[in-house]
Amino acid sequence: MNRWIAFWNILLKDMQSYYLKPPNISWGLVFPLAWTAMFFIRSGSGLEEVIEILPGVMAISVLFGTTSMLAVTVTFEKKNRSFERLLLAPISLELLMFSKTSGAILFGLVNAFVPVIPAAFLADLSQVSWATVIPAVLLIAVASTFLGLFIAVSVSEVFEAQTFSNFFRFPMIFLCGLFFPVLSLPVMLQPLSFALPLTYGVDILHGAIHGQHILPLWLDFLIIAGFSLVLFLISLKNIHRKWIL
Amino acid sequence: MKNDKSKIRSPNDEPEKLIEVYDLTKSFESVQAVNGISFHVNEGEVFGFLGPNGAGKTTTINMLTGLARPDSGKIRIAGYDCSAHPKAAQHLIGVVPDESNLYPELSGFDNLCFCASLYGIGKKERQKRAENLLEQFGLQEAAHRNFSGYSKGMKRKLTIAAGIIHQPKILFLDEPTTGIDVASARQIRQLIREMYQAGTTIFLTTHYIEEAERLCERIAFIVNGHIVQDETVANLLQPLKELKVLLITMTHDSGNISGKLAEAFPGYDFRSVSQQHLRVESEQTISIGPVVRFIEEQGAEVTEARQIKPSLEEVFVEVTGIETDVMKTEKNGGPS
Repeated sequence: MNRWIAFWNILLKDMQSYYLKPPNISWGLVFPLAWTAMFFIRSGSGLEEVIEILPGVMAISVLFGTTSMLAVTVTFEKKNRSFERLLLAPISLELLMFSKTSGAILFGLVNAFVPVIPAAFLADLSQVSWATVIPAVLLIAVASTFLGLFIAVSVSEVFEAQTFSNFFRFPMIFLCGLFFPVLSLPVMLQPLSFALPLTYGVDILHGAIHGQHILPLWLDFLIIAGFSLVLFLISLKNIHRKWIL
Repeated sequence: MKNDKSKIRSPNDEPEKLIEVYDLTKSFESVQAVNGISFHVNEGEVFGFLGPNGAGKTTTINMLTGLARPDSGKIRIAGYDCSAHPKAAQHLIGVVPDESNLYPELSGFDNLCFCASLYGIGKKERQKRAENLLEQFGLQEAAHRNFSGYSKGMKRKLTIAAGIIHQPKILFLDEPTTGIDVASARQIRQLIREMYQAGTTIFLTTHYIEEAERLCERIAFIVNGHIVQDETVANLLQPLKELKVLLITMTHDSGNISGKLAEAFPGYDFRSVSQQHLRVESEQTISIGPVVRFIEEQGAEVTEARQIKPSLEEVFVEVTGIETDVMKTEKNGGPS
Protein backbone atom coordinates (compact mmCIF):
# COMPACT_ATOMS: atom_id res chain seq x y z
CA MET A 1 0.00 0.00 0.00
CA ASN A 2 1.23 3.46 -0.79
CA ARG A 3 1.20 5.08 2.62
CA TRP A 4 2.25 8.42 1.18
CA ILE A 5 -1.09 8.67 -0.65
CA ALA A 6 -2.73 8.60 2.78
CA PHE A 7 -0.18 11.05 4.18
CA TRP A 8 -0.64 13.53 1.35
CA ASN A 9 -4.43 13.37 1.37
CA ILE A 10 -4.70 13.87 5.13
CA LEU A 11 -2.44 16.90 4.79
CA LEU A 12 -4.38 18.22 1.80
CA LYS A 13 -7.75 17.76 3.49
CA ASP A 14 -6.57 19.57 6.62
CA MET A 15 -5.20 22.45 4.55
CA GLN A 16 -8.47 22.78 2.65
CA SER A 17 -10.79 22.18 5.60
CA TYR A 18 -9.02 24.18 8.27
CA TYR A 19 -5.95 26.19 7.37
CA LEU A 20 -6.91 27.79 4.07
CA LYS A 21 -10.25 29.06 5.32
CA PRO A 22 -10.65 32.85 4.98
CA PRO A 23 -10.91 33.49 8.77
CA ASN A 24 -7.62 31.69 9.35
CA ILE A 25 -5.86 33.46 6.51
CA SER A 26 -7.02 36.84 7.75
CA TRP A 27 -6.05 35.86 11.33
CA GLY A 28 -2.61 34.87 10.03
CA LEU A 29 -2.24 38.29 8.40
CA VAL A 30 -3.81 40.52 11.02
CA PHE A 31 -2.29 38.95 14.12
CA PRO A 32 1.42 39.60 13.40
CA LEU A 33 0.71 43.04 11.99
CA ALA A 34 -1.30 43.97 15.10
CA TRP A 35 1.55 42.83 17.35
CA THR A 36 4.10 44.80 15.38
CA ALA A 37 1.98 47.95 15.52
CA MET A 38 1.36 47.47 19.23
CA PHE A 39 5.06 47.29 20.04
CA PHE A 40 5.90 50.24 17.89
CA ILE A 41 3.30 52.39 19.54
CA ARG A 42 4.21 51.17 23.03
CA SER A 43 7.97 51.64 22.64
CA GLY A 44 7.72 54.81 20.59
CA SER A 45 10.56 53.43 18.53
CA GLY A 46 11.58 54.44 15.06
CA LEU A 47 12.04 52.31 11.98
CA GLU A 48 15.51 51.29 13.19
CA GLU A 49 13.76 49.10 15.76
CA VAL A 50 11.97 47.04 13.12
CA ILE A 51 14.83 44.62 12.80
CA GLU A 52 14.95 44.05 16.57
CA ILE A 53 11.22 43.43 16.82
CA LEU A 54 11.02 41.18 13.77
CA PRO A 55 12.29 37.92 15.45
CA GLY A 56 9.69 38.24 18.22
CA VAL A 57 6.85 38.98 15.83
CA MET A 58 7.84 36.07 13.57
CA ALA A 59 8.03 33.71 16.54
CA ILE A 60 4.71 34.79 18.00
CA SER A 61 3.01 34.40 14.61
CA VAL A 62 4.26 30.83 14.37
CA LEU A 63 3.42 30.03 17.98
CA PHE A 64 -0.17 31.25 17.84
CA GLY A 65 -0.84 29.94 14.37
CA THR A 66 0.32 26.41 15.01
CA THR A 67 -0.63 25.62 18.61
CA SER A 68 -4.22 26.80 18.48
CA MET A 69 -5.05 25.41 15.05
CA LEU A 70 -3.71 21.94 15.67
CA ALA A 71 -5.11 21.63 19.18
CA VAL A 72 -8.54 22.78 18.04
CA THR A 73 -8.75 20.73 14.83
CA VAL A 74 -7.58 17.49 16.42
CA THR A 75 -9.88 17.95 19.42
CA PHE A 76 -12.76 18.73 17.04
CA GLU A 77 -12.14 15.57 15.00
CA LYS A 78 -11.76 13.52 18.15
CA LYS A 79 -15.03 14.90 19.47
CA ASN A 80 -17.06 14.17 16.32
CA ARG A 81 -15.32 10.79 16.00
CA SER A 82 -13.97 11.40 12.50
CA PHE A 83 -10.52 10.93 14.01
CA GLU A 84 -11.45 7.25 14.51
CA ARG A 85 -11.47 6.94 10.73
CA LEU A 86 -7.81 7.93 10.70
CA LEU A 87 -6.97 5.56 13.54
CA LEU A 88 -8.58 2.74 11.54
CA ALA A 89 -6.47 3.43 8.45
CA PRO A 90 -3.65 0.95 7.86
CA ILE A 91 -0.91 3.51 8.46
CA SER A 92 1.31 3.81 11.48
CA LEU A 93 0.35 6.20 14.23
CA GLU A 94 3.64 8.03 13.68
CA LEU A 95 2.85 8.67 10.01
CA LEU A 96 -0.72 9.63 10.83
CA MET A 97 0.35 12.22 13.40
CA PHE A 98 3.12 13.43 11.13
CA SER A 99 0.53 14.12 8.42
CA LYS A 100 -1.87 15.78 10.89
CA THR A 101 0.91 18.04 12.17
CA SER A 102 2.38 18.85 8.74
CA GLY A 103 -0.54 21.13 7.90
CA ALA A 104 -0.02 23.13 11.07
CA ILE A 105 3.73 23.30 10.46
CA LEU A 106 3.19 24.66 6.95
CA PHE A 107 0.62 27.12 8.26
CA GLY A 108 3.13 28.26 10.90
CA LEU A 109 5.85 28.67 8.27
CA VAL A 110 3.65 30.85 6.09
CA ASN A 111 2.51 32.89 9.11
CA ALA A 112 6.12 33.53 10.11
CA PHE A 113 6.91 35.24 6.85
CA VAL A 114 3.86 37.54 6.86
CA PRO A 115 5.63 40.17 9.03
CA VAL A 116 8.75 39.87 6.88
CA ILE A 117 6.90 41.43 3.93
CA PRO A 118 6.19 44.83 5.56
CA ALA A 119 9.54 44.66 7.36
CA ALA A 120 11.27 44.41 3.97
CA PHE A 121 9.81 47.82 3.05
CA LEU A 122 10.59 49.43 6.38
CA ALA A 123 14.07 48.17 7.19
CA ASP A 124 17.26 46.93 5.58
CA LEU A 125 17.14 43.15 5.73
CA SER A 126 20.28 42.62 3.64
CA GLN A 127 22.25 41.46 6.70
CA VAL A 128 19.74 38.76 7.60
CA SER A 129 21.03 35.20 7.29
CA TRP A 130 18.05 33.57 5.60
CA ALA A 131 19.87 30.24 5.54
CA THR A 132 19.61 30.30 9.33
CA VAL A 133 16.20 31.99 9.61
CA ILE A 134 14.36 29.42 7.47
CA PRO A 135 15.42 26.29 9.41
CA ALA A 136 14.91 28.19 12.67
CA VAL A 137 11.34 29.10 11.72
CA LEU A 138 10.75 25.53 10.62
CA LEU A 139 11.96 24.21 13.98
CA ILE A 140 9.87 26.77 15.90
CA ALA A 141 6.85 25.67 13.82
CA VAL A 142 7.61 22.01 14.50
CA ALA A 143 8.10 22.54 18.25
CA SER A 144 4.96 24.74 18.53
CA THR A 145 2.90 22.26 16.51
CA PHE A 146 3.98 19.39 18.70
CA LEU A 147 3.12 21.52 21.72
CA GLY A 148 -0.34 21.91 20.12
CA LEU A 149 -0.50 18.14 19.68
CA PHE A 150 0.48 17.64 23.31
CA ILE A 151 -2.37 20.00 24.27
CA ALA A 152 -4.84 18.26 21.94
CA VAL A 153 -4.12 14.90 23.51
CA SER A 154 -4.48 16.30 27.01
CA VAL A 155 -7.99 17.74 26.58
CA SER A 156 -11.34 16.46 25.38
CA GLU A 157 -13.28 19.64 24.55
CA VAL A 158 -12.52 22.27 21.93
CA PHE A 159 -12.82 25.13 24.44
CA GLU A 160 -10.37 23.33 26.74
CA ALA A 161 -7.89 23.18 23.88
CA GLN A 162 -8.08 26.98 23.53
CA THR A 163 -7.78 27.62 27.25
CA PHE A 164 -4.99 25.12 27.78
CA SER A 165 -2.98 26.43 24.83
CA ASN A 166 -3.23 29.97 26.21
CA PHE A 167 -1.91 28.66 29.53
CA PHE A 168 1.33 27.86 27.68
CA ARG A 169 1.37 30.60 25.07
CA PHE A 170 0.91 33.80 27.00
CA PRO A 171 3.71 33.17 29.52
CA MET A 172 5.93 32.21 26.59
CA ILE A 173 5.49 35.67 25.04
CA PHE A 174 7.20 37.19 28.06
CA LEU A 175 9.55 34.40 29.07
CA CYS A 176 11.07 33.34 25.75
CA GLY A 177 12.85 36.52 24.74
CA LEU A 178 10.41 37.50 22.04
CA PHE A 179 10.31 41.16 23.00
CA PHE A 180 12.32 41.32 26.26
CA PRO A 181 15.79 39.75 26.38
CA VAL A 182 15.83 36.63 28.52
CA LEU A 183 18.89 37.89 30.41
CA SER A 184 17.02 41.02 31.46
CA LEU A 185 14.33 38.98 33.19
CA PRO A 186 14.50 38.49 36.99
CA VAL A 187 17.07 35.80 37.78
CA MET A 188 14.37 33.57 39.31
CA LEU A 189 12.45 33.48 36.03
CA GLN A 190 15.42 32.75 33.81
CA PRO A 191 15.52 28.97 34.47
CA LEU A 192 11.86 28.88 33.42
CA SER A 193 12.77 30.63 30.17
CA PHE A 194 15.42 28.05 29.39
CA ALA A 195 12.93 25.27 30.08
CA LEU A 196 10.77 26.47 27.17
CA PRO A 197 11.55 25.43 23.58
CA LEU A 198 10.62 28.76 22.05
CA THR A 199 13.50 30.51 23.86
CA TYR A 200 15.99 28.63 21.71
CA GLY A 201 14.12 29.27 18.47
CA VAL A 202 13.88 32.97 19.22
CA ASP A 203 17.56 33.07 20.15
CA ILE A 204 18.40 31.71 16.69
CA LEU A 205 16.16 34.29 15.02
CA HIS A 206 17.76 37.14 16.97
CA GLY A 207 21.20 35.83 15.96
CA ALA A 208 20.26 35.41 12.30
CA ILE A 209 18.38 38.72 11.95
CA HIS A 210 20.44 41.22 13.96
CA GLY A 211 23.37 39.21 15.27
CA GLN A 212 22.60 39.17 19.03
CA HIS A 213 22.14 35.76 20.62
CA ILE A 214 22.82 34.08 23.97
CA LEU A 215 23.81 30.52 23.08
CA PRO A 216 25.81 29.16 20.14
CA LEU A 217 23.33 28.72 17.30
CA TRP A 218 24.18 25.04 16.80
CA LEU A 219 23.28 24.45 20.46
CA ASP A 220 19.98 26.32 20.03
CA PHE A 221 19.17 24.15 17.00
CA LEU A 222 20.06 21.00 18.88
CA ILE A 223 17.97 21.87 21.93
CA ILE A 224 14.84 22.93 20.03
CA ALA A 225 15.07 19.81 17.84
CA GLY A 226 15.37 17.76 21.04
CA PHE A 227 12.30 19.49 22.52
CA SER A 228 10.34 18.76 19.32
CA LEU A 229 11.26 15.11 19.38
CA VAL A 230 10.39 14.71 23.06
CA LEU A 231 7.03 16.50 22.65
CA PHE A 232 6.17 14.30 19.64
CA LEU A 233 7.11 11.10 21.47
CA ILE A 234 5.17 12.10 24.61
CA SER A 235 2.14 12.94 22.45
CA LEU A 236 2.32 9.60 20.64
CA LYS A 237 2.58 7.80 23.96
CA ASN A 238 -0.40 9.75 25.27
CA ILE A 239 -2.42 8.97 22.14
CA HIS A 240 -1.72 5.27 22.65
CA ARG A 241 -2.65 5.54 26.30
CA LYS A 242 -5.67 7.87 26.11
CA TRP A 243 -7.18 7.43 22.66
CA ILE A 244 -6.67 3.74 22.01
CA LEU A 245 -8.28 2.72 25.26
CA MET B 1 -17.19 -4.32 -4.15
CA LYS B 2 -15.40 -7.60 -3.70
CA ASN B 3 -16.22 -10.35 -6.17
CA ASP B 4 -14.41 -13.42 -4.97
CA LYS B 5 -17.58 -15.25 -3.96
CA SER B 6 -16.84 -17.35 -7.03
CA LYS B 7 -14.67 -19.57 -4.82
CA ILE B 8 -16.71 -22.76 -4.69
CA ARG B 9 -16.44 -24.79 -1.52
CA SER B 10 -17.04 -28.51 -1.52
CA PRO B 11 -19.44 -29.61 1.22
CA ASN B 12 -16.58 -31.32 3.03
CA ASP B 13 -14.41 -28.20 3.20
CA GLU B 14 -14.04 -26.70 6.65
CA PRO B 15 -14.85 -23.00 6.38
CA GLU B 16 -11.85 -20.79 6.99
CA LYS B 17 -11.99 -18.92 10.29
CA LEU B 18 -11.39 -15.30 9.37
CA ILE B 19 -11.84 -13.89 12.86
CA GLU B 20 -10.82 -15.86 15.94
CA VAL B 21 -11.29 -14.51 19.42
CA TYR B 22 -10.10 -16.31 22.54
CA ASP B 23 -10.92 -15.34 26.11
CA LEU B 24 -11.12 -11.62 25.39
CA THR B 25 -11.61 -9.27 28.32
CA LYS B 26 -11.86 -5.53 28.67
CA SER B 27 -12.79 -3.32 31.57
CA PHE B 28 -13.19 0.41 32.01
CA GLU B 29 -12.34 1.37 35.57
CA SER B 30 -14.72 -0.75 37.64
CA VAL B 31 -16.97 -1.81 34.73
CA GLN B 32 -16.25 -5.15 33.12
CA ALA B 33 -17.36 -4.39 29.55
CA VAL B 34 -16.25 -7.68 27.98
CA ASN B 35 -15.68 -10.73 30.11
CA GLY B 36 -13.72 -13.62 28.65
CA ILE B 37 -15.53 -14.02 25.33
CA SER B 38 -14.46 -16.52 22.67
CA PHE B 39 -15.94 -16.97 19.22
CA HIS B 40 -15.01 -17.18 15.58
CA VAL B 41 -16.37 -15.87 12.30
CA ASN B 42 -16.06 -17.95 9.15
CA GLU B 43 -15.04 -16.51 5.83
CA GLY B 44 -18.01 -15.28 3.79
CA GLU B 45 -20.63 -15.46 6.53
CA VAL B 46 -22.78 -12.82 8.17
CA PHE B 47 -22.15 -13.13 11.87
CA GLY B 48 -24.57 -11.39 14.19
CA PHE B 49 -23.57 -10.05 17.56
CA LEU B 50 -26.80 -9.49 19.39
CA GLY B 51 -27.34 -7.88 22.75
CA PRO B 52 -28.88 -4.93 24.56
CA ASN B 53 -27.15 -1.59 24.93
CA GLY B 54 -24.12 -1.79 27.17
CA ALA B 55 -23.70 -5.52 26.55
CA GLY B 56 -20.20 -5.08 25.15
CA LYS B 57 -20.87 -5.11 21.41
CA THR B 58 -19.12 -1.88 20.47
CA THR B 59 -16.24 -2.55 22.85
CA THR B 60 -15.72 -5.90 21.14
CA ILE B 61 -15.73 -4.26 17.69
CA ASN B 62 -13.29 -1.62 18.91
CA MET B 63 -10.90 -4.30 20.13
CA LEU B 64 -11.19 -6.27 16.89
CA THR B 65 -10.53 -3.23 14.75
CA GLY B 66 -7.65 -1.74 16.75
CA LEU B 67 -9.50 1.13 18.40
CA ALA B 68 -9.25 -0.40 21.86
CA ARG B 69 -6.70 -2.56 23.61
CA PRO B 70 -7.88 -5.80 25.21
CA ASP B 71 -6.92 -6.35 28.83
CA SER B 72 -6.29 -9.99 28.01
CA GLY B 73 -7.14 -12.59 25.41
CA LYS B 74 -6.22 -13.21 21.82
CA ILE B 75 -7.53 -11.84 18.52
CA ARG B 76 -6.56 -13.31 15.16
CA ILE B 77 -7.86 -11.79 11.96
CA ALA B 78 -7.00 -13.55 8.70
CA GLY B 79 -4.09 -15.14 10.53
CA TYR B 80 -2.68 -11.87 11.92
CA ASP B 81 -2.17 -11.66 15.66
CA CYS B 82 -4.14 -8.46 16.24
CA SER B 83 -3.91 -8.57 20.02
CA ALA B 84 -0.16 -8.02 19.74
CA HIS B 85 -0.27 -5.91 16.55
CA PRO B 86 -3.63 -4.09 16.40
CA LYS B 87 -2.89 -2.47 13.04
CA ALA B 88 -1.74 -5.66 11.33
CA ALA B 89 -5.08 -6.50 9.71
CA GLN B 90 -6.48 -3.01 9.25
CA HIS B 91 -5.91 -3.14 5.50
CA LEU B 92 -8.36 -6.06 5.36
CA ILE B 93 -11.18 -4.56 7.35
CA GLY B 94 -13.84 -1.93 6.87
CA VAL B 95 -15.70 -0.41 9.78
CA VAL B 96 -19.09 1.25 9.84
CA PRO B 97 -19.46 2.73 13.33
CA ASP B 98 -22.72 3.11 15.21
CA GLU B 99 -22.70 6.85 14.51
CA SER B 100 -21.91 8.40 11.14
CA ASN B 101 -18.43 9.88 11.50
CA LEU B 102 -17.60 11.33 8.13
CA TYR B 103 -16.39 14.89 7.62
CA PRO B 104 -19.31 17.35 7.74
CA GLU B 105 -17.49 19.97 5.69
CA LEU B 106 -16.74 17.63 2.77
CA SER B 107 -19.18 16.54 0.08
CA GLY B 108 -20.31 12.94 -0.17
CA PHE B 109 -18.00 12.40 -3.13
CA ASP B 110 -15.00 14.00 -1.40
CA ASN B 111 -15.65 12.01 1.78
CA LEU B 112 -15.54 8.75 -0.18
CA CYS B 113 -12.42 9.77 -2.09
CA PHE B 114 -10.70 10.79 1.14
CA CYS B 115 -11.58 7.52 2.85
CA ALA B 116 -10.23 5.58 -0.15
CA SER B 117 -7.00 7.57 -0.04
CA LEU B 118 -6.41 6.40 3.54
CA TYR B 119 -5.98 2.92 2.07
CA GLY B 120 -3.46 4.07 -0.53
CA ILE B 121 -5.86 4.01 -3.48
CA GLY B 122 -4.79 6.27 -6.37
CA LYS B 123 -6.81 9.28 -7.51
CA LYS B 124 -8.46 7.87 -10.67
CA GLU B 125 -9.38 4.60 -9.03
CA ARG B 126 -10.85 6.22 -5.93
CA GLN B 127 -12.91 8.64 -8.00
CA LYS B 128 -14.26 5.74 -10.06
CA ARG B 129 -15.13 3.75 -6.95
CA ALA B 130 -16.74 6.77 -5.29
CA GLU B 131 -18.95 7.38 -8.33
CA ASN B 132 -19.96 3.71 -8.48
CA LEU B 133 -20.81 3.56 -4.79
CA LEU B 134 -22.80 6.79 -4.89
CA GLU B 135 -24.82 5.31 -7.73
CA GLN B 136 -25.24 1.98 -5.99
CA PHE B 137 -26.43 3.67 -2.80
CA GLY B 138 -28.74 6.06 -4.68
CA LEU B 139 -26.81 9.13 -3.61
CA GLN B 140 -25.67 10.48 -7.00
CA GLU B 141 -27.81 13.56 -6.75
CA ALA B 142 -26.36 14.45 -3.35
CA ALA B 143 -22.79 13.59 -4.37
CA HIS B 144 -21.53 17.15 -4.30
CA ARG B 145 -23.52 18.37 -1.33
CA ASN B 146 -21.84 18.70 2.04
CA PHE B 147 -22.25 15.69 4.30
CA SER B 148 -23.61 17.96 7.06
CA GLY B 149 -26.72 18.56 4.92
CA TYR B 150 -27.56 14.88 4.46
CA SER B 151 -30.54 13.23 6.13
CA LYS B 152 -29.90 10.52 8.75
CA GLY B 153 -30.59 7.74 6.27
CA MET B 154 -28.31 9.29 3.64
CA LYS B 155 -25.57 9.76 6.23
CA ARG B 156 -25.85 6.12 7.22
CA LYS B 157 -25.66 4.97 3.59
CA LEU B 158 -22.64 7.14 2.86
CA THR B 159 -20.94 5.88 6.03
CA ILE B 160 -21.46 2.32 4.82
CA ALA B 161 -20.11 3.28 1.39
CA ALA B 162 -17.05 4.80 3.08
CA GLY B 163 -16.56 1.57 4.99
CA ILE B 164 -16.42 -0.53 1.83
CA ILE B 165 -14.72 1.76 -0.67
CA HIS B 166 -11.40 -0.02 -0.17
CA GLN B 167 -13.15 -3.36 -0.79
CA PRO B 168 -12.43 -4.92 2.59
CA LYS B 169 -12.42 -8.65 3.13
CA ILE B 170 -14.24 -8.18 6.44
CA LEU B 171 -16.84 -5.54 7.21
CA PHE B 172 -17.76 -4.55 10.75
CA LEU B 173 -21.22 -3.01 10.92
CA ASP B 174 -22.14 -1.53 14.27
CA GLU B 175 -25.92 -1.02 14.59
CA PRO B 176 -26.31 -0.10 10.89
CA THR B 177 -30.04 0.67 10.95
CA THR B 178 -30.42 2.32 14.34
CA GLY B 179 -32.34 5.59 14.34
CA ILE B 180 -33.11 5.80 10.64
CA ASP B 181 -36.36 5.74 8.67
CA VAL B 182 -38.04 2.55 7.54
CA ALA B 183 -37.22 2.90 3.85
CA SER B 184 -33.53 3.62 4.47
CA ALA B 185 -33.28 0.72 6.94
CA ARG B 186 -34.79 -1.61 4.35
CA GLN B 187 -32.38 -0.36 1.70
CA ILE B 188 -29.41 -0.83 4.03
CA ARG B 189 -30.44 -4.40 4.78
CA GLN B 190 -30.64 -5.04 1.05
CA LEU B 191 -27.14 -3.60 0.65
CA ILE B 192 -25.85 -5.88 3.40
CA ARG B 193 -27.30 -8.87 1.56
CA GLU B 194 -25.59 -7.73 -1.64
CA MET B 195 -22.26 -7.35 0.13
CA TYR B 196 -22.66 -10.83 1.56
CA GLN B 197 -23.44 -12.20 -1.90
CA ALA B 198 -20.33 -10.48 -3.21
CA GLY B 199 -18.26 -12.48 -0.73
CA THR B 200 -17.65 -9.99 2.08
CA THR B 201 -17.49 -11.44 5.58
CA ILE B 202 -19.78 -9.36 7.74
CA PHE B 203 -19.67 -8.87 11.48
CA LEU B 204 -22.95 -7.23 12.40
CA THR B 205 -23.89 -5.92 15.80
CA THR B 206 -27.50 -5.04 16.43
CA HIS B 207 -30.05 -4.93 19.19
CA TYR B 208 -32.84 -5.61 16.68
CA ILE B 209 -33.52 -9.34 16.92
CA GLU B 210 -35.63 -9.42 13.80
CA GLU B 211 -32.86 -7.78 11.81
CA ALA B 212 -30.32 -10.32 13.03
CA GLU B 213 -32.68 -13.16 12.14
CA ARG B 214 -33.20 -11.78 8.63
CA LEU B 215 -29.56 -11.12 7.84
CA CYS B 216 -27.30 -13.46 9.79
CA GLU B 217 -26.24 -17.04 9.30
CA ARG B 218 -24.85 -17.34 12.79
CA ILE B 219 -25.55 -15.34 15.91
CA ALA B 220 -23.90 -14.83 19.26
CA PHE B 221 -25.96 -13.40 22.09
CA ILE B 222 -23.92 -11.14 24.35
CA VAL B 223 -25.21 -10.02 27.73
CA ASN B 224 -23.19 -8.13 30.33
CA GLY B 225 -19.94 -8.89 28.53
CA HIS B 226 -20.59 -12.65 28.32
CA ILE B 227 -21.51 -14.66 25.24
CA VAL B 228 -24.45 -16.74 26.36
CA GLN B 229 -25.17 -18.47 23.05
CA ASP B 230 -23.32 -18.84 19.74
CA GLU B 231 -25.16 -20.86 17.12
CA THR B 232 -26.42 -20.85 13.55
CA VAL B 233 -29.82 -19.23 13.09
CA ALA B 234 -31.18 -22.49 11.70
CA ASN B 235 -30.11 -24.40 14.81
CA LEU B 236 -31.44 -21.70 17.12
CA LEU B 237 -34.84 -21.85 15.47
CA GLN B 238 -35.00 -25.65 15.27
CA PRO B 239 -36.67 -26.20 18.69
CA LEU B 240 -39.33 -23.64 17.80
CA LYS B 241 -40.55 -25.41 14.68
CA GLU B 242 -43.37 -27.22 16.52
CA LEU B 243 -44.25 -24.35 18.81
CA LYS B 244 -47.60 -22.57 18.37
CA VAL B 245 -47.94 -19.06 19.75
CA LEU B 246 -51.05 -16.97 20.27
CA LEU B 247 -50.94 -13.31 21.23
CA ILE B 248 -54.02 -11.97 22.98
CA THR B 249 -54.75 -8.27 23.50
CA MET B 250 -57.29 -7.43 26.20
CA THR B 251 -58.70 -4.49 28.11
CA HIS B 252 -57.81 -5.71 31.61
CA ASP B 253 -54.48 -6.44 33.27
CA SER B 254 -53.30 -9.71 31.72
CA GLY B 255 -51.17 -10.51 34.78
CA ASN B 256 -54.25 -11.12 36.91
CA ILE B 257 -55.81 -13.53 34.44
CA SER B 258 -52.80 -15.60 33.40
CA GLY B 259 -52.79 -17.63 36.64
CA LYS B 260 -56.43 -18.57 36.28
CA LEU B 261 -55.90 -19.48 32.63
CA ALA B 262 -52.98 -21.75 33.52
CA GLU B 263 -55.24 -23.67 35.90
CA ALA B 264 -58.06 -23.92 33.36
CA PHE B 265 -55.85 -24.89 30.39
CA PRO B 266 -52.99 -27.03 31.74
CA GLY B 267 -51.69 -27.91 28.24
CA TYR B 268 -50.82 -24.30 27.44
CA ASP B 269 -48.22 -21.91 28.80
CA PHE B 270 -49.51 -18.41 29.58
CA ARG B 271 -47.23 -15.43 29.98
CA SER B 272 -48.16 -11.82 30.49
CA VAL B 273 -45.82 -9.88 28.14
CA SER B 274 -47.18 -6.44 28.97
CA GLN B 275 -50.14 -5.10 30.89
CA GLN B 276 -52.64 -5.83 28.14
CA HIS B 277 -50.86 -8.56 26.20
CA LEU B 278 -50.95 -12.22 26.99
CA ARG B 279 -48.86 -14.80 25.22
CA VAL B 280 -50.04 -18.40 24.92
CA GLU B 281 -47.59 -21.12 23.89
CA SER B 282 -48.14 -24.79 23.20
CA GLU B 283 -46.79 -27.61 21.08
CA GLN B 284 -50.44 -28.61 20.36
CA THR B 285 -52.83 -26.56 18.26
CA ILE B 286 -54.24 -23.77 20.42
CA SER B 287 -58.03 -23.54 20.48
CA ILE B 288 -58.62 -19.82 20.42
CA GLY B 289 -62.38 -19.86 21.17
CA PRO B 290 -62.34 -21.47 24.65
CA VAL B 291 -59.43 -19.31 25.78
CA VAL B 292 -61.10 -16.08 24.61
CA ARG B 293 -64.42 -17.10 26.21
CA PHE B 294 -62.68 -17.87 29.51
CA ILE B 295 -61.03 -14.47 29.53
CA GLU B 296 -64.33 -12.72 28.79
CA GLU B 297 -66.00 -14.69 31.59
CA GLN B 298 -63.43 -13.09 33.90
CA GLY B 299 -64.78 -9.66 32.93
CA ALA B 300 -62.10 -8.66 30.43
CA GLU B 301 -62.72 -7.80 26.81
CA VAL B 302 -60.48 -9.41 24.19
CA THR B 303 -59.74 -6.91 21.44
CA GLU B 304 -57.45 -9.11 19.38
CA ALA B 305 -56.26 -12.71 19.31
CA ARG B 306 -53.78 -13.69 16.63
CA GLN B 307 -51.41 -16.53 16.00
CA ILE B 308 -47.80 -15.49 15.54
CA LYS B 309 -44.86 -17.30 14.04
CA PRO B 310 -42.25 -18.07 16.71
CA SER B 311 -39.01 -16.26 15.98
CA LEU B 312 -35.53 -15.71 17.28
CA GLU B 313 -37.07 -13.40 19.83
CA GLU B 314 -38.31 -16.46 21.76
CA VAL B 315 -34.84 -17.97 21.73
CA PHE B 316 -33.30 -14.73 22.87
CA VAL B 317 -35.72 -14.36 25.78
CA GLU B 318 -35.22 -18.00 26.72
CA VAL B 319 -31.41 -17.85 26.61
CA THR B 320 -30.78 -14.40 28.05
CA GLY B 321 -33.78 -13.87 30.30
CA ILE B 322 -34.05 -10.36 28.83
CA GLU B 323 -37.48 -9.21 27.69
CA THR B 324 -37.26 -8.03 24.11
CA ASP B 325 -39.10 -4.82 24.96
CA VAL B 326 -35.90 -3.78 26.71
CA MET B 327 -34.02 -4.16 23.43
CA LYS B 328 -36.66 -2.29 21.44
CA THR B 329 -37.08 0.69 23.70
CA GLU B 330 -33.45 1.43 24.40
CA LYS B 331 -32.89 3.17 21.10
CA ASN B 332 -35.28 5.01 18.83
CA GLY B 333 -36.93 3.18 16.02
CA GLY B 334 -36.80 -0.45 15.14
CA PRO B 335 -36.49 -2.79 12.23
CA SER B 336 -39.14 -2.82 9.62
